[in-house]
Amino acid sequence: MTAELIHRLHFAFTITFHYLFPQLTMGLALLIVVLKSVALKTGSEQWDRAARFWGRIFAINFVFGVVTGIPMEFEFGTNWARFSRLSGGVIGQPLAMEGVFSFFLESAFLGLFLYGEKRISKWMHWFSAVMVFVGSWISGFFIIVTDAWMQHPVAYDRLPNGQFEMLSFWQLLLNPWGLLQYAHNMTGAVVTGSFVMAATGAFYLLERQREQYARIFLKVGVIAGLIASILIIFPTGDLHGKFVAHNQPAAIAGMEGLFHSEAGAGLVLMGQPNEETGQIDNPIVVNDALSFLIYGTTKAEVKGLDQIPHDQWPTALPLLFYAYHIMAGLGTWFALLMIVSAFLLWRKRLYTSRWALWALLLSFPLPYIANTAGWMTAELGRQPWLIYGLMRTSEGYSNTVSASNGLFTLLGFMGLYALLALLFTVLIYREISNGPEPKTTPTEAAHAE
Amino acid sequence: MMGFIWFWLVAVMIVAYVVLDGFDLGVGVLHLFLVRNEAERRAALGSIGPVWDGNEVWLLAGGGTLYFAFPLLYASAFSGFYLPLMIVLWLLILRGISIELRNHVEVGVWCALLDGVFGLSSALLTIFFGAALANVLRGVPLNADGYFFLPLWTNWQPGLHPGILDWYTVIGGLVALVALTLHGALWLTVKTSGELAQRARRIVTPLWFVLVALTLASLVATISVRPASLNNYFNYPFTFVVPVGVIASMAGIGLLNRNAQPVKAFLSSCLYLFFMLAGACWGLYPTLLPATTGADRDITLSRAISGPHTLAVGLVWWGFGMVLAIGYIVFVYAKFRGKVDLHSDGH
Repeated sequence: MTAELIHRLHFAFTITFHYLFPQLTMGLALLIVVLKSVALKTGSEQWDRAARFWGRIFAINFVFGVVTGIPMEFEFGTNWARFSRLSGGVIGQPLAMEGVFSFFLESAFLGLFLYGEKRISKWMHWFSAVMVFVGSWISGFFIIVTDAWMQHPVAYDRLPNGQFEMLSFWQLLLNPWGLLQYAHNMTGAVVTGSFVMAATGAFYLLERQREQYARIFLKVGVIAGLIASILIIFPTGDLHGKFVAHNQPAAIAGMEGLFHSEAGAGLVLMGQPNEETGQIDNPIVVNDALSFLIYGTTKAEVKGLDQIPHDQWPTALPLLFYAYHIMAGLGTWFALLMIVSAFLLWRKRLYTSRWALWALLLSFPLPYIANTAGWMTAELGRQPWLIYGLMRTSEGYSNTVSASNGLFTLLGFMGLYALLALLFTVLIYREISNGPEPKTTPTEAAHAE
Repeated sequence: MMGFIWFWLVAVMIVAYVVLDGFDLGVGVLHLFLVRNEAERRAALGSIGPVWDGNEVWLLAGGGTLYFAFPLLYASAFSGFYLPLMIVLWLLILRGISIELRNHVEVGVWCALLDGVFGLSSALLTIFFGAALANVLRGVPLNADGYFFLPLWTNWQPGLHPGILDWYTVIGGLVALVALTLHGALWLTVKTSGELAQRARRIVTPLWFVLVALTLASLVATISVRPASLNNYFNYPFTFVVPVGVIASMAGIGLLNRNAQPVKAFLSSCLYLFFMLAGACWGLYPTLLPATTGADRDITLSRAISGPHTLAVGLVWWGFGMVLAIGYIVFVYAKFRGKVDLHSDGH
C-alpha cells in the first residue's frame, strides 16, 4: 500500500468514527433546548427530567466526540503536512476560530449544565442549554467552512513561497458552498438526534415501561424528525446537489454514474458502475429525471464523465456512486417513516401502533449511515483533488511519514476505537436502562424516611 | 511586528494550557498514590470535573492558532514528532474516557482500573509535554525542505541526530512531571478539605525540593545543549527578570505552602509555570524550531509566518474571541468556587 493511501485511510477512518458522536450532540443539543423550554414554560418536572436524561446521554457523546476530535486537528499536521504548510493561512483560520469561539463556550456551559444545576437559577440552567446548542452549532459551522474551502476555494491568493493567503475573511466564511453544506449537514444532525430520541421512546413503549417519558420522547422526536427529514431533501439537499452539479461536474457524474453526456439524462436508482465498460450494470433508471433535478427541465444536457479528462475522474468511482445512493435512498425512507409516524401521532394512534414503534426503533442506526455516506459522497467526489482544482491529494500528504509508520498508528487507532465503541455502547445501554427517573441511593432513601 | 505579536500570542495560549490543564493533570498523577478512599477519589475528581474539558480546549485553540499563524512550523513539527504525538493522542483519549467512565461505574475492580488509567495517562502526558518542549529547545535535524522525522530514541545524546528521548529531554519530562504534580497538589489543598487537603499540603514539601533541584538542572542543561538560548538575555539584560521570577515564584510556593496560604501558593505555582515557559520562549525567539543540522536550516519566525492579511484579520477575531472565552472561564470558575461539595453537585 502506498503512503498516500495510508494517510487517506488514516484521516478517513478517524474522522468517520469521530463524526458518529458530534452528529448526535449537535442534533440533541437542539432537542434538549426544546425539552428545557417546555419545562421552563410549564414548570413540568417530567420535561425537566427528560432534559436531564438527554443531558446525560449528551455528556457521554460529548466526551467521546472531544477525545476523538482532538486527533483530527493534529492529523492536518501529522499526516497532511505538505497540505497544511501551504493552506494554513486560509483554513487554519476557521480551525483556530472553532477552538476560540466554540469550544470554550461549549465546555464552559456544558460544565454548568451538567454539574451546576443546583448552583444556578432555573433560567440560567435553560440559558446554559441554549449556549451548549449555540456552541456546538458554531463548531459545526467552522468545520464546514474549512471543508467548503477545500471543495470550492474562494477568496485566496498565492504568496511567492506557494502558500495560500486569505484575501477576504467574510468571503471565506460566507462561501456559498459552505452555507449550503452547513444547512444540509446540520439538518442531517437533527435527523440523527430526533431518530435516536424517537427510537428510545419506542423502546420504552415496546417494553411497557416509563411510558410517560416515552410519549415525550416520541412526540419531540417525531415532530423534529418530520421537519428535518423533509428539510434534508428539500430545499437543503436539492440546492446543495445543484451547486455541486454546477461546480464539480466530475463529482456529480460520478455520484450519478453518468458515463456519457446526455440530454434528458436518466436518474439511476440502482445499479453497479463498471469502470471498464463505462456503463452501469443492471440499472434501474427513471428517464429524464436527472436533467430535471439539476436544471429543472427534462431536456437539459448533463455533463458525463466522457467530457472530463480521465486523470480528473473521482478516484473511487463505485464507492462514490454507492455512498451517494445509500444516502439518497435512506433519506427517502426517513421522510416516509416520519410522515407516517407524524400522521399516527396526530391521530393519537402512534403510542399503540406497535409496528410503527418497531419501525422507529429499528431505524435509529440509519441516520448514522446516511450522514456517513453523505460525507463520503462529498469527500470522494472531490478526489483526485485535495483543494479542488488547485492541489492534488498526492501532493498533500506527509512524505516524511512512511507508509508503515502510518499503518502502525492507523492500526493503533482502530484498536483503541474498537474499545471506545464497546465502552460507549455499555454506557449508553446503562443510561437507557436506568431511565430518566432519578436513582435513589440507599442513604438518600434512608433520609427520605 | 506581526511575527512578534503572534509569537507571543501563541506563547500565551501555551502558558494558559499548561497552567490550567496542568493542575488537572497533576490531580491525575496524585490520584495514583495520594488519594486513599472512594470519598477522596470523588472529591479529587469533583474538583476538576466541571473544568478539565475546558482546560484542554487551550491545547486545541493553541494548536489551531499555531496552524494558521505559522503553517510551516505546524506542518514540520507535527509530522516530525509523528510517533510521540500519536502516543499523546492515545493518552488524551484514554484519560478523557477514564474520567467520564469513572462517573458511571460503582464496582471496585472497574473503579481501580479506571483510576489507574487516569493516573498513568496523566503522568505520561506531563512527561511527554515536558519532553516535547525540551525537543523544541534542543532542536531537531531539519532537512533542506524544513522537515524531519524523529525516532523515539537513538543514543540518548542530544547531538546531530537525536531521538525524541535523550538525557536532556528526559530532564524536561521530569521537570514537567514534578512541577505539574506539585501544581495539582496545591489545587487539591485549595479545593478539597479534611485529610485529603492536609495530605496534599504535606506532599508539596518533598516535591518542592525535587522541583528546585530539577529546575536548576534544566537551566544548566539548556544552556549547555544550546548556548544560543542566552543570546536574547545578554542583548536585553532587563529580561533576566524572567529567571529571577522563576526563582522568586519557586521560593513563594515553598514559603506560602508552609504558612498554610494555599490560594497564594497555588498562584505562585501558576507564576512559576508562566516564568519557566516565558523564559524558554524568550530563549528561542525569533527561532521557532532550531535545526541541529545547521543554523541556516532553523525554522524562524520570518520563514514560517502566514500572509499579512490573514494575520491582521486574525488579530481582530482572536482578541474578540479571547475576551469572550475569558468571560466564560471566569464565570465558570466563579460558579464553582470554594471547596468541592460532594452532596450538592454531580450529574
